Amino acid sequence: MTTRSNFDSNLKHLKDMLIEISRKTENALKESMNALIIQDIVQANEIINCDNIIDELEHEINNKAIILIAKESPVARDLRKIIVALKISSEVERIADNAVNIAKSTLQIGTEKHIKEIIDIPKMMNIALEMLSDSITAFLTEDVELAKSCAEKDDIVDDMYGELVHELMGYVQQNPMQMNQIVQLAFVCRYIERVADHSTNIAEHVIYLVTGKQMDLNS
Amino acid sequence: MSVLTYTNHAFDIKDLDLWYGDHHALKNINFPIHKKEVTAIIGPSGCGKSTFIKTLNLMINMVPNVKMTGEINYNDKNILSDKTDLVELRKNVGMVFQKGNPFPQSIFDNIAYGPRIHGITKKVHLEEIVIKSLMDVALWGEVKDRLHAPALGLSGGQQQRLCIARALATKPSVLLMDEPTSALDPISTLAIEELILELKEKYTIAIVTHNMQQAARVSDKTAFFLMGELVELDETSRIFSSPQDKRTEDYITGRFG
Repeated sequence: MTTRSNFDSNLKHLKDMLIEISRKTENALKESMNALIIQDIVQANEIINCDNIIDELEHEINNKAIILIAKESPVARDLRKIIVALKISSEVERIADNAVNIAKSTLQIGTEKHIKEIIDIPKMMNIALEMLSDSITAFLTEDVELAKSCAEKDDIVDDMYGELVHELMGYVQQNPMQMNQIVQLAFVCRYIERVADHSTNIAEHVIYLVTGKQMDLNS
Repeated sequence: MSVLTYTNHAFDIKDLDLWYGDHHALKNINFPIHKKEVTAIIGPSGCGKSTFIKTLNLMINMVPNVKMTGEINYNDKNILSDKTDLVELRKNVGMVFQKGNPFPQSIFDNIAYGPRIHGITKKVHLEEIVIKSLMDVALWGEVKDRLHAPALGLSGGQQQRLCIARALATKPSVLLMDEPTSALDPISTLAIEELILELKEKYTIAIVTHNMQQAARVSDKTAFFLMGELVELDETSRIFSSPQDKRTEDYITGRFG
C-alpha cells in the first residue's frame, strides 16, 4: 500500500520534466554540431532562438520542486530526490547554453572555408553526449555504477580537449588570416569540455541521491 | 542501527524488555539518553514509544500486569532495582502530557504543589520557585498580575506551559514529554518548541511526538520505534536526511504500511 500516491505522482511528473529538458538539450547539442560541420547559419540561429524553451522548462522544474518542498515537507530520500532534481535541471540548462555558444561560434565562422575537415570535434561531442545520456539514465534508474562511469569518460574528453587545442594552435602560424576560425573552434572544444563537466556533476548528484554521500568525480 | 558514542548519559537503558501480561511490548531496548539534549521518539501508534517514555520515571508501574527485565540506569543507578525511591525519582524526572492538565487551583498553587509536597513551606521560597518556573517557560510576563486566578482560565497553550512550569518546580534534571503539543494550535505549538530548545540548556528532554517536523526541528537525537523494537537511533539530522534502516525511511517519508 502506498500512502502518498499524490506525492509520488508529483515526483514522477518532476522526473518526466527532467527527461524532457534533457532530451531537448541533447537535440540542441546534436544540432549545434551539425550546424558547425555543414556551416548552416539558419540552423545555428534556430538553436539560439529556441534556448528560451529550455530556460522556461528549467523555471517550471524549479517551481514544481519548490511547491513540492513547501506542500509535502519531504525528508530523507524524497528530499534528496527533489534537491537533486533542482540541481540537475540547473546543470542541464547550462549544458544547453553550450549548444547556444557553439551555434554562436558557427555564426562567427560564417561561410569561411574550414581550415581542415572537422572530424575530431564531433567525436569529442559524441562522448560528451554519451555522458549526458548516461548521467540522466543513472538518475532515472538510480544506478550508481553508471554514474561513476562518467568519471572515466570525462578524463577522455579532457585529454581530447588538450590535444585538439594544441593541434589548433599549431595552425595559427600557417593560417594567420584564419585566426578567428581557429579561435572559435578552440572555443567549441572548450564548450564541449564544459558539457562533459556538467554531465559529471549530474553523475555526482545521482550518487548523492542514492547513497546520501557527496562524491567528487571531477578531480 | 548506528552506534553513537556517549560519555555523558542521563539514562542508559540496557536490554530492556517489557510485557503487558503476555504481550511483549518492548523488545531488547538499548538506548542511551545524553544529558542536556533533546531526544525525540517517533513511531506509529502502538509501537511502544509511550510505553518506553513511561518506563523512565516508572509511571509504567501504575499499569497492572507489567513486567520488565533489563536495566534502566538513571545517573548510573538501575531504577528497576527494589531500592528505588519513586518519589525521589519522579521529582528528578518530570513529566508533561498530551493535554495541559492543571489542577483546579490557582496558577500559583499549581506550581507550588510539588515543592510543598517535598516540604517547602516558607512563602518566600515558594514565591521564588513559582517566579523562576514561570520565567523558565516564558509565562511570567503573561500571568504575573493574576497569579491567584484559576489556572483553568488560561488558554490551552498557556495551560501546557503552566504544566511544564509545574514539572520544573521540583527542580528535575530530566523532562519527559508525551506528545506535548498534539492538542495545541500551531502558534502555541511553536511557542512550546521554542521553549524546548531553551530548556535543553538546563534539562535533559525526551519527547514522544507524532509530528515528524517537530522531531526534526527540536531534537538532537531521534529514535524510531516499530512494534516494540528500537529500529534506529541517530543524530536527528541524519535520520531525516539519510536514515540507515529502510523501515525508518518508509515511516518518515510517509510510505509506511
